[in-house]
Order: sequence, then structure tokens, then C-alpha cells
Amino acid sequence: MRRSTETKGMAGIVYVPSLGLPLAPQLQDEVPASRTMDEIVKDFLIESGENLDRLDQELVKLEADTRSQELLASIFRTIHTIKGSCGFLGFARLEKVAHAGENLLSRLRDGELALTAEVTSGLLAMVDGVRHMLSEIQATEHDGEDDYKELRKELKRLQGGATPAPPAAPAAASEASSPPPATAADEPPTAPPQADAVSSPSPAKTTPEPAPVPDTAAAIPAPAPAAAPGDPGVAYRPAPGRMGGVLVERGSLKPEDLATALHEQELGDRRRLGEILVALGLCKLEDVLAAQQILETRGRTAGVETVRVGVSLLDKLMNLVGELVLARNQLLQFSNTTQNGALSAVSQRMNLIATELQEEVMKTRMQPIGNVWNKFPRTVRDLALSCGKEVRLEMEGQDTELDRTIIEAIKDPLTHLVRNALDHGIEASEARRRVGKDAIGCLKLRAFHEGGQVNIEVTDDGAGLDSDRIRRKAVERGLLPSEQAARLPERDVFNLIFLPGFSTAEKVTNVSGRGVGMDVVKTNVEKIGGMVDIQSTAGKGTTVRVKIPLTLAIIPALIVRCHGERYAIPQISLTELVRLESGKAIETVHGAPVYRLRGRLLPLVYLSRTLKTVRENEPSVAQPATRSTEPLSMNIVVLQAESRQFGLVVDEILDTEEIVVKPLGQQLKGLSAYSGATIMGDGRVALILDVLGLAQRAQLIAEGRESVMQESRAETRTETAPEQSSFLLAENGLEGRVAIPLPAVARLEEFPRTAIERAGAQEVMQYRGQIIPLVRLSEIIPATNDPEMQAAAVSIQVIIYTEGKHTVGLIVDRIADIVEERAELERLTPRAGVAGSFVIQRQVTDLLDVPAIVRAALPGLLDTAAAGGT
Amino acid sequence: MAAEQFCTFFLDGRFFGVPVPHVQEVIGPHEMTPVPLAPEVVSGMINLRGQIVVAIDLRRRLQLPRRAEGGVSMNVVVRSLGGAVSLQVDEIGDVIEVEPSTFEAPPETLQGAERAMILGVHKLEGKLLHVLDTEKACQIAAAAE
Repeated sequence: MRRSTETKGMAGIVYVPSLGLPLAPQLQDEVPASRTMDEIVKDFLIESGENLDRLDQELVKLEADTRSQELLASIFRTIHTIKGSCGFLGFARLEKVAHAGENLLSRLRDGELALTAEVTSGLLAMVDGVRHMLSEIQATEHDGEDDYKELRKELKRLQGGATPAPPAAPAAASEASSPPPATAADEPPTAPPQADAVSSPSPAKTTPEPAPVPDTAAAIPAPAPAAAPGDPGVAYRPAPGRMGGVLVERGSLKPEDLATALHEQELGDRRRLGEILVALGLCKLEDVLAAQQILETRGRTAGVETVRVGVSLLDKLMNLVGELVLARNQLLQFSNTTQNGALSAVSQRMNLIATELQEEVMKTRMQPIGNVWNKFPRTVRDLALSCGKEVRLEMEGQDTELDRTIIEAIKDPLTHLVRNALDHGIEASEARRRVGKDAIGCLKLRAFHEGGQVNIEVTDDGAGLDSDRIRRKAVERGLLPSEQAARLPERDVFNLIFLPGFSTAEKVTNVSGRGVGMDVVKTNVEKIGGMVDIQSTAGKGTTVRVKIPLTLAIIPALIVRCHGERYAIPQISLTELVRLESGKAIETVHGAPVYRLRGRLLPLVYLSRTLKTVRENEPSVAQPATRSTEPLSMNIVVLQAESRQFGLVVDEILDTEEIVVKPLGQQLKGLSAYSGATIMGDGRVALILDVLGLAQRAQLIAEGRESVMQESRAETRTETAPEQSSFLLAENGLEGRVAIPLPAVARLEEFPRTAIERAGAQEVMQYRGQIIPLVRLSEIIPATNDPEMQAAAVSIQVIIYTEGKHTVGLIVDRIADIVEERAELERLTPRAGVAGSFVIQRQVTDLLDVPAIVRAALPGLLDTAAAGGT
Repeated sequence: MAAEQFCTFFLDGRFFGVPVPHVQEVIGPHEMTPVPLAPEVVSGMINLRGQIVVAIDLRRRLQLPRRAEGGVSMNVVVRSLGGAVSLQVDEIGDVIEVEPSTFEAPPETLQGAERAMILGVHKLEGKLLHVLDTEKACQIAAAAE
């Protein structure tokens, strides 16, 4: 006897679509002698587990759309299948419970009972009961001692208790081909007398569906075994996924004709249903063809042909493919060093095959996020009921696919976010009405791909986060000193809820509010390389956005070399590659090296210095003296970390390669500069750079990944912090420095001096097919100029400023930097064109009032623009 | 008590041993990828048949004098809670069997890094076998950033 450990985890099985292996509908197969009872039970468990999940969803859907006969029929069928299998396998208790549920459902279907929340709850409780018994079976191989008397009693009570349904049902009831009174044969043989007594209209009769065969697999109709031949009225149920069902649905075929044709098949006609129908003249050929097309399109949307494959097998395949990719890389490298034509041809072929294989295997691990979301309708319903709230769940982008491991990893964080939104976010109906909101709250799940990542948003239209309360709580919990809390910007305040031990729920409910949660969400998401972000508007609602990578296993990466060692940079953070023939183009802003990339200053990070593979005093561009003497060419890898761009200077750029990400050993986990390691084609290990970590090391961006707490404790934050904004810094003359608010700058351009032309007294320039007037900053703000230098300059730096339809060029001596500053403006003596002065980078800087300057220099131009524009 | 088997090796002339069940394998000098920014005791990473293993220079770990320039080192790959780790040693000795009775805790005078990583010594004929606590030896505080 095989141990039931084999069946461990019904959820541990995934469907593998598109493997192209046709799978015969299971119950059409004769059960081979070799199939042991164990295997049948195992199949039953897996199948029933899935069926129960579907039941959950469908019941919740049905509650929203009580008239849907289609849903009701599907629910009915599912329960019936479970009940039938139980009888066959001898799980009498389980069968009793299912039977009680089925009876209740039949009353619903026949319109004798209205679906109330109470009935739905009863049915859901039945589903839970069945689920519990299934896990019992899984563990002990029989269905437990509990015979769920209470549950059955409740189901029975519900059958009789509720008011009859409004006359909405009759039409539907007839569609479902209402059955004749029960016969003893319909009752499960083991059903107890008490169950018998209540089963007035028997359910079994109407659903001779033999098995949960995927509907689409059944274009070849299965024989209808339970039907008594010659009893056409009862003999079939027009399944919408089958030829007969479609034909009847479209009115091309009379139900009794279909029964006749089905009977033909039963009698041994091997032809397909459509052929029989046409042969017998019961149906027109074009109708059959049309129906076939409908089936095909349905097939594409509904379940495709699938094969069950154990997850462990998929993981093993994945690992093997990983190794294969490594071996392929080695082979390619080897064939490149030899001049063997045959070898290189083979290795090329091998390359193609391995690449394709890898892609396909990766696909087998991809699952739609809907697989996780599927359980949310039930979660939301139950929670909403228990909190006394009304909530509508909307889902968008269920098809968004993710690697299985990631799906597993985000399951719990997402569930938590949903529960949180319900418990804390959405208000009770009464409270919502009071503030003029729709009484029914809305919880929205949205998933979409963006830049090789998956975004998942959980949005509620609830009360939003109360930043003051969060501040207070944070101080109470000792997470933050109060004066610091008061200064914390709103956005950062929201992020406080991700701190361990933080919960704002006034009272602890059984849903959430135990102070664990959001920090776990954050940790779990970050563990898989994701990010969590929260946005909220008081009174309007909250959105939590989770950004996660598509896959973790194999990623494309750029291989670079630095001091003889190779490093891999994940392609996802790569923007572009720049090669400079000499280091001359590197300028410095206050000692920090920058490169002018299309008019924007790109801060540079030297990989060798950041990793400390060279000592600080080696040739450096930080000293202006060495700037002109640096003869070497440079390779800059332009990278994107969070919202910042920076250039990583490396010795050599090698190639792009698919790399298999392997975790770093425990001893190296603390190194934020690396995200892992990989094995290169030659068998050597190479480190994978963590772009964000590098940027942090180089102090390019605030240590965003550290907790908010640490961040807010940092010295820089304790100073008074006015709103931060971006400024363009430019030099004016020898000493002057000016700042221009970045939003006022359209573009930065560099032109040869000869580009300046004259139109009358006005200096102008041709720019993008337009003639634009030029303004010299030095004429507005007088500055000491070095005439020699000015004369020698061959090019001019122009800041393009646009207002309305008009574009103006502002000539400055040199563009220095772009900074983000929380600078406090001081208004000294008023000067034309200067809004005030402040200190940026320890230097007094004038803040330009660009519109005023333009107006002063070109009177009338912008005024008319404004007038014309409105 | 039954005799215990030790995989032995030498470090700066001293005789060390690791219980055999802790040892995954012993390999010769291996190609190594350095890890910049890593703690000094980490000499790099090696590719052990597709598995990436951190190599720890046991001399530095035990604060012994550095190996002479160009000197090769052997790798004793041990199993630790955090996965396999390669310990770099000077030379590999035999696998020997020792009686528990010869064991003695480290003397009080043994101080510093060694004390924490040496469980004790087995008094053998003519020499002492230092018993290394592999778990402690593999535990390196995450690099200070």
C-alpha cells in the first residue's frame, strides 16, 4: 500500500498547457487493471480539490447573480460529481454531506427556494465540510468519524425554511429540463433515511454528466451513460461546451433530435455527433460547421488540453535546463576558440535548441495570477459578512503570468493585503453612506506587466490612511521620536506601516490588527526582489502596489569586466551603453565625476572604486588636473536604479548572456552590492551586481531599501526639510552660479557659436525648424567674465525654455549639474530676473525667474503668447 | 563510546581535524573568484560542479600568519547549516580514528579567535589534534557595509 504522502498537497500540481499531448478524457478510459485504488483516490482528491475551489468561486458569483441558471447548473454538476465519486469509492459520510448539499441546490434550481446569504453560507459551509473530509481522506485514507450531523441538519433546515423564489425562475427551470419526481434509484445507496425524506425533486436525474471531463475535450461527445435510452426528454443536458449543446443553444437543433443522435452513438455509431446529425438529416451541415467554430474559440478561452505534471518534476526540469544552459555557454565558448566548422555548426544548433527549450520550460512554470486570486471572492465575501460590510471585488488582468515560485511567494502577502483592505480600509456601509459614498465598497485587484516586471495593485475606496494617526501610533510604539514623526513627509509616513510591530487597528479583530502583517508583506515581497509601495488619500482610499520580477531563475545579463574579474549586470536595469574614446568628456561637479549625456548630467560611479578593487588614489578624474591627461577610452554602462540614472564605469563590456542566478552563500548575504552569483561559460564563478545596492553604496540614492525608520533617523533628515525640488545649476561668468527650477527647462543643448544668427538687433538661432530668440544670461545678471575665455569658446550652452507656443534659448556659460535640494529661499535685495538666493552645495546660488528674464529681454513676446494662448 | 573518525589537515604546522560526517569532500587547488567587499576571511567563490561555494581562508579565520605568496591551498568542503563551505587549508592529512578518552577541552590560556572555534584537542602520540568547530568557523558576520 502506498503511503498517502504521495498525494500530499493537492495544490502542488499544476496544469501544463500547450505541451501538445492530447489527454483522453479520463472516465472514457477503461480503468486499467494496473491502476491501483490508491491512484484512483489520489485522482479523486486532486480533482475534487479543484472542484471545491471552483465551487467557492461560483457560489460567490451566484450570490451576486442569483438568476444565472448556468452557474447553478455548473455548481450542481460539480457537487453531483463529487457525490458520485464518493459513492464509487465508498466514502459514505462524505457522500451524505454532498448529498445534503445537492438536495438544497436542487430546490434552488427548481426555483422553489431563493438564494439568500444564509443559504449561500450554508452551501459554503458544506464545501468547507467536504474539503475537510477530503484532507481527512488524504491523511488517513478514510473519511473520518465526523458525520457532520449539524451541517446536514442546517442544510436540511435551509431547504424548507426560506421563502420560495420569485417567479423569475420558471423559464430557467424548464431550460434545465426539470425532472420527474424522484425514483429510488436516484438516491445514493448509502443515503440515510432522513436525507431520503427531503429529496423531493431528485437532482441526479438531470445531470448524467459522466465525469468532470473538460468540456472542450468533448467535441467528440461522450456517451450519456446514465440516461435511459428512449427517454429523450431527460436524457441529456445541453452542455454549452459540446457540439450538441451549441447546436441546441443556437436553435439549429431540436433537443429530441440530439437525444436521438446521442442514442445512435450509444448504440455503437463511431462517427462524430455532427456527422451523425447531418447524415440523419437532423441538422444542416453549415450549422454544424458554425458550431464547430464556436467550439474552437471557446476551447481557446476555456481549458486547453492539459496534462498533470508534478511540480517537483517541473523544478527538476528547470534545474536541468539551467545546467544545460551553462553547458551550452561553455560549448559555445569552446567552439569559438577552435576553427572547427563542424563543431561550430553543431554548437550553433545546440544553442538554438537550448534557447528554445529553456523558453518552453520557463513557460511551464508560468501561471496566471488568477490562480491566486481565485480564492479571493470567497475570502472577500466571508470577511465582508463577518465585518458587516458590503464589498464588491473587481479583478483586472487575471491572465498576467508569473513564475510559479513567485506565485507561491506572493500568495500570502496578497491575501494579507486583501484582508487588510477589507478590515481597515473599507468602511461599514453606514459610515460610507454618511460621507456620501456608495454603500458598497469596492476592492480592486489589478495586475499588469511593465518593463519586465509584474505590477499588482490592491486598491480600496475606503477611508484611506490617516497620516496623523500613523504618526501618533509610531510615536506611541516608540518607533520614532515625536518631533521626527511630525516632520516626516506624508509619503514616508505611510511607509511606517511596514515597520515591524506596527498596527493602527483600534481594536484587534480576528481578521487583522495583531501588529504582524504589513512588515511581513514587505519582507516577503522584498525577498523575491520585489518592492511594495503605498499610496493613500484620506477619505478616498488606499492603493498598495507590489512590483515583482517575472522570474528569478534565468535572466539576461550584460557581462562586464573590471580588474580582470567578470561581473553580470541584470539587463532589466540597463538603459544604454556609452563608449568614450577618451576620458576628456568627463567633467566634475564639485569633485564628483559626471558625463554629459544628451544634455543631461549623468553621475558616474567607478565600479573598481565602489568595489574597492583599486585604492582611492589611483588615477582619478576627480582631480581636474588629471582630467585632460586621462588617455584611456571609457566604457559607461548607463543604469537605472529606482528613478535615478547613473553611469557605471567599467574596464570592458563583454557580452550579453543568459545567466542562471544562484544565491550567494550565507557568508556574503550582507553584501548589498551583489544580488547573487552565476557560473560563466568557462566554469568560473561571476558575481551578479545589484544595481540598487551599488547606487546606494555610491550614495547616489538614499538608502531606500533600509527601513523608513533608519532613513528618518539619518542626520540629513533631522534638519528642517522644505519641499524638495530639482534645480539645474549653471555657471554665470567666473564666479556666479545660478539655479533654474528644472520644470522650467525644456531641453539642454550645445551649439557651435556659429549657430547664432541675427534678426535685426535680436540674436536668434534655428532650432528644430523654428527660429528661436536667444537671451544671454550674462546680459541679464551682470557677471565678471573672462573675455579671452569667451572668445575662445567654440560652442555655446543653451537652455531651451518653452512657454505656450514660444520657445526661447537662454545662453549660459556652462551647465554644471542637476541637483535635488530642499533649499530654503532667501530674498535678498531684489534684482531683476532673480527670485531669490539660496545655498546649494555650500555655495550661494541665485534662483532665476526665467519667465521674468525672458520678458525683460524680449518685451512683449511672452505676453502676446499668453494672450494668444488663452 | 565508540571511536570517532576525523579528517585531518595542517595549518601553519598545526594539526587540525574535522569529524568525517561534517566533510562533504576534499578537493585540490581550485579556481577561485574573488569577492570584493567581502570579509577578509572570504577568499572567494568556487564552482563545485555547478554549485557555488564560498571559500574561507582558515588561516585568516584563525588569525594565523598568512600563507606565503604563491602557496597553493587545499579545500576541505564541509557541510554547514548555511550550505556547503570550502575551508582552505595548507595540506591534507589522513583520516584517523581517535578514542573519546583522549579528548580534552582547550586550555584556559588559549585566547582569542581560536578559542571560539576550537572545541578541544585530542592528545595523540607526539602531537595534538585540534578539533575545529566547523559551524563556528563558517559563521561569518555579514560584511559591515
